[in-house]
Amino acid sequence: MIAETELKLHGLSTEEYQRITEILGRDPNNVELGMYGAMWSEHCSYKNSKRVLKRFPTTGKRVIQGPGENAGIVDIGDNLVAVLKIESHNHPSAVEPFQGAATGVGGIIRDIFAMGARPLALLDSLRFGELDEPRVKYLFSGVVSGISHYGNCVGIPTVGGEVYFDSCYRDNPLVNVMCVGVANKKDIKLAKAVGVGNSVMLVGSSTGRDGIHGASFASEELSEDSESKRPSVQVGDPFMEKLLIEACLEASKKDFVLGVQDLGAAGLTSACCEAAARAGTGMDIDISLVPQREENMSPYEIMLSESQERMLLIVKRGYEEEVSKIFAKWDLHAVKIGTVTNDGMITVRKEGVKVAQVPAKSLTEGVPEVKRESSQPSYLKKTAVSVNTGINENPERIFLKLLGSPNLSSKRWVFEQYDHRVGTNTVVKPGSDAAVIRIKGTSKGIALTTDCNSLYCYLDPLEGGKQAVAEAARNIVVTGAEPIAITDCLNFGNPEDPEIFYQVEQCVEGISQAAEFLGIPVVSGNVSFYNESPQRTIFPTPVIGMIGLLENINERCETGFKDNGDIVVLLGEVQGSTEASEYLRYIHDVKAGKPPKINLLQEKKIQQLCLRAVREGVVKSAHDVSLGGLAVALAECCVIGKKGFKGNINCKNLDAALFGESPSRIVVSVSPKNVETLKLLAEQMQIRITVIGTVCESRMTLAFNSSVVIDLPLDEVIDVYENSLERRISAQ
Amino acid sequence: MKVKVEVFFKEGVLDPQGKTVKNALQHLGYDEVDDVRVGKVFTLSLKTSDREAARKRVAQMCEKLLSNPVVETYSIDTVEETR
Amino acid sequence: MKCGVVTFPGSNCDQDCYHVLKSVMGQSTDMIFHKDTFFDDDFDLIVLPGGFSYGDYLRPGAIARFSPVMKSVKKAAKIGKLVLGICNGFQILVEANLLPGALLKNIDLKFHCHDVYIKVMNNDSPFTALYEKGEVVKMNIAHADGNYYADNETFDELERNSQIVFCYCDERGEINENCNPNGSVKNIAGICNVEGNILGLMPHPERCSEEILGSADGKRIFESIITYFERRYACDSRN
Repeated sequence: MIAETELKLHGLSTEEYQRITEILGRDPNNVELGMYGAMWSEHCSYKNSKRVLKRFPTTGKRVIQGPGENAGIVDIGDNLVAVLKIESHNHPSAVEPFQGAATGVGGIIRDIFAMGARPLALLDSLRFGELDEPRVKYLFSGVVSGISHYGNCVGIPTVGGEVYFDSCYRDNPLVNVMCVGVANKKDIKLAKAVGVGNSVMLVGSSTGRDGIHGASFASEELSEDSESKRPSVQVGDPFMEKLLIEACLEASKKDFVLGVQDLGAAGLTSACCEAAARAGTGMDIDISLVPQREENMSPYEIMLSESQERMLLIVKRGYEEEVSKIFAKWDLHAVKIGTVTNDGMITVRKEGVKVAQVPAKSLTEGVPEVKRESSQPSYLKKTAVSVNTGINENPERIFLKLLGSPNLSSKRWVFEQYDHRVGTNTVVKPGSDAAVIRIKGTSKGIALTTDCNSLYCYLDPLEGGKQAVAEAARNIVVTGAEPIAITDCLNFGNPEDPEIFYQVEQCVEGISQAAEFLGIPVVSGNVSFYNESPQRTIFPTPVIGMIGLLENINERCETGFKDNGDIVVLLGEVQGSTEASEYLRYIHDVKAGKPPKINLLQEKKIQQLCLRAVREGVVKSAHDVSLGGLAVALAECCVIGKKGFKGNINCKNLDAALFGESPSRIVVSVSPKNVETLKLLAEQMQIRITVIGTVCESRMTLAFNSSVVIDLPLDEVIDVYENSLERRISAQ
Repeated sequence: MKVKVEVFFKEGVLDPQGKTVKNALQHLGYDEVDDVRVGKVFTLSLKTSDREAARKRVAQMCEKLLSNPVVETYSIDTVEETR
Repeated sequence: MKCGVVTFPGSNCDQDCYHVLKSVMGQSTDMIFHKDTFFDDDFDLIVLPGGFSYGDYLRPGAIARFSPVMKSVKKAAKIGKLVLGICNGFQILVEANLLPGALLKNIDLKFHCHDVYIKVMNNDSPFTALYEKGEVVKMNIAHADGNYYADNETFDELERNSQIVFCYCDERGEINENCNPNGSVKNIAGICNVEGNILGLMPHPERCSEEILGSADGKRIFESIITYFERRYACDSRN
């Protein structure tokens, strides 16, 4: 029997140890224990969340590969597929923000090109504490620099994402990175170790002692000890990754390369057992053949090392030389380390002598499912109350405060550190609702976004889940694209706490309901638990990454107002709700209220109206109304289009009108001759639309019940929106 | 043997990294810091024990690759003999 | 006209340049791997593209300049073939001493990806003949090491020989500190050699050759090159 303290080092419970002995029919040795410890961690096995994740809708007419592979695959026509996935790298970024974020980028990219698809775009969804704290500024700058360093060097444009600041993320920043690639259908390869006798080859960087125990590290809460765990954070080499991309894509096109698997969390162990388990085969590998950059590495260390920029290739027997040649062109190692077997076992040898042997499927699927309790959080009793506010200050001043606030102001300071134009495919750049990239050789485009209102998820997890999907879809639809796939990154606190687990279940239920209703399948994703510290837990943050398809990229629609005299129309409700709004949070420092409930049918109809109007050329610009409410949305249309606005809103409450948030609202601008057409379309679909103003020059003027409440020169609005974040960061 | 090479910007070439580090140190209260120059250190492990030859060859390496003579100078600082 | 685009380990914009030359400008274009050499007459235009050759390790372009292909590039340049170095390509040309000066870290130590206005200072070169002298155009920059440095002597020479081709300016063409994104001496964004057949610039004209990407102001560099080649070819064939 084994001491519990030793078990804890491997991240295993006594029940899990018991199961291992049942599987093996004996006690595991140290190497085997390490392999199970890493593969059965929450990060690799999803043992806490598996049952809940089954709820997701994962099928659809375009779905070629749903969750379970390195990434999801959807058909986009013309014999092409889009490959997408989102992943988190939260815990490493909290300890070493630059490398944590950089290696997060590296890891997600490998998942995409492992499938044979060239990665075309990155998005990052980032969350931090309040920006006035020096430590938060340090984490924020570090993460942005890390993403910039890696993404720019590897030559993949970072075209979108989000940045959000709230005190709940102070100790646990969130770094979620999404990658999307495109490939010819016939070039897609799944990472399956097929064909007994075929060769297993390791390519890329040599193996060192980086990140050992990274997988179990991600499955723990952070505490003061975490600083000293810095050796668990890996250092990435984006130059090496770039070479790997070119070599692997070249190799992948060959018939004799049967599969490619990246080495991520749990390194060689996970790559081998996942590839073998998927094919129902086994592998016999010799770790003395693994190129090493440190001396005297033990089998344990080699099997669990998380050295970056390494891939596993399954190669038809006899073609190892051919593969080596391709990698040698790029000055990369390519070494045969083993063979595919038919015994379903992962057999690890050192210089021919067996040092470990476990069934592959037991590593990937054998972890005893953990049944978690869930109970409605007690905090909901305090927060789920109706909150009434009024405007006790000059509305124009509040508007400028909000517009210049960290969550609402332009993230230019961030995305101008990313090369968002490399590849010459970026047609709609960062700063809009969704980015749009073109697909050369076709008329198509892909719209991309990440979204989640985590405050909504905190105050009402079911609603929050629904609205994360709805908002992402709305951001896609306003570009004229049809939403086609979701990749989700679920970020939560400790799942062993029933109140947190309740949040998980409810958010997943909400996401699933909205995804089903809107017909958008979930094709891949990631779960990150234990995002909490002794002092605080993050808001439940299920980030929805979504892509949409534009059949004709020239039919796209953009955010900014276009021409003087255009009529500005609001699709959907005029009055928002201030409950759970950013206005309430930032101006009144209140995180309470009941998020306005979404009517999924209404949402679907408004999205369909918008899509139709865009495709028929009826609207000239379209913008989703979300965080900050209508006044902020109008300001964004003005700033991006470099045009002014003059208009009026008639309704009951001033602050609800200006800053209230309600789902299912879109601001469009239309040339005067098309207003009637839009009205007819809306009538047909039984959607309420309201003319609220006109596009003009040089000023933004908004009246409420015919009294002017905001009247500002456009230059001032632009300056506050574009430059506030940089000013805040440069301030000592 | 081990050879240490230091590469710095020439006098007169603006060193923004050095300036940034200086400001940061002064902000931390070290206002006795007057100037900071940031450079690179290369440690070369050579398979030779001939000091003179090593120095000559390393100088060539500096001229050719390790430093950019347009804006940088180098010094071959320490030549240590290993066992 | 035969164009060649070099791929160094870490080049990211090689396919972008290939796309512009082949699909947008309709020219016969080949990719040249850095380990290969070529003959003097193989190409009329050689492009060293943007990216992070060798990860920008040591100094941007410091290692790439020793690639076997650079021997061929130097020879071709010597006999008057056109060489265009974009961003990392410019850095490689400068490290290889095919262009004078040095490219240092941006003065604010940050990576900059945004549009800039640049002014055409010299339209007497094969690369800029289709621009007006003094014309202000919009292009994209994306770099962390674009701070062009030349000592006083070198700078005077550049001016004397009309080697300064582009300078960062504002919308109206004013050249001042506010519109200098990286600290380059006298806002220099691009220079050519004395003979005028080698151009290095930090902005990315291949990203600005199609309206759909936001600006087509960069296209005229490629059009000027083609015009130059066609005239020269017409002269040669008459002789």
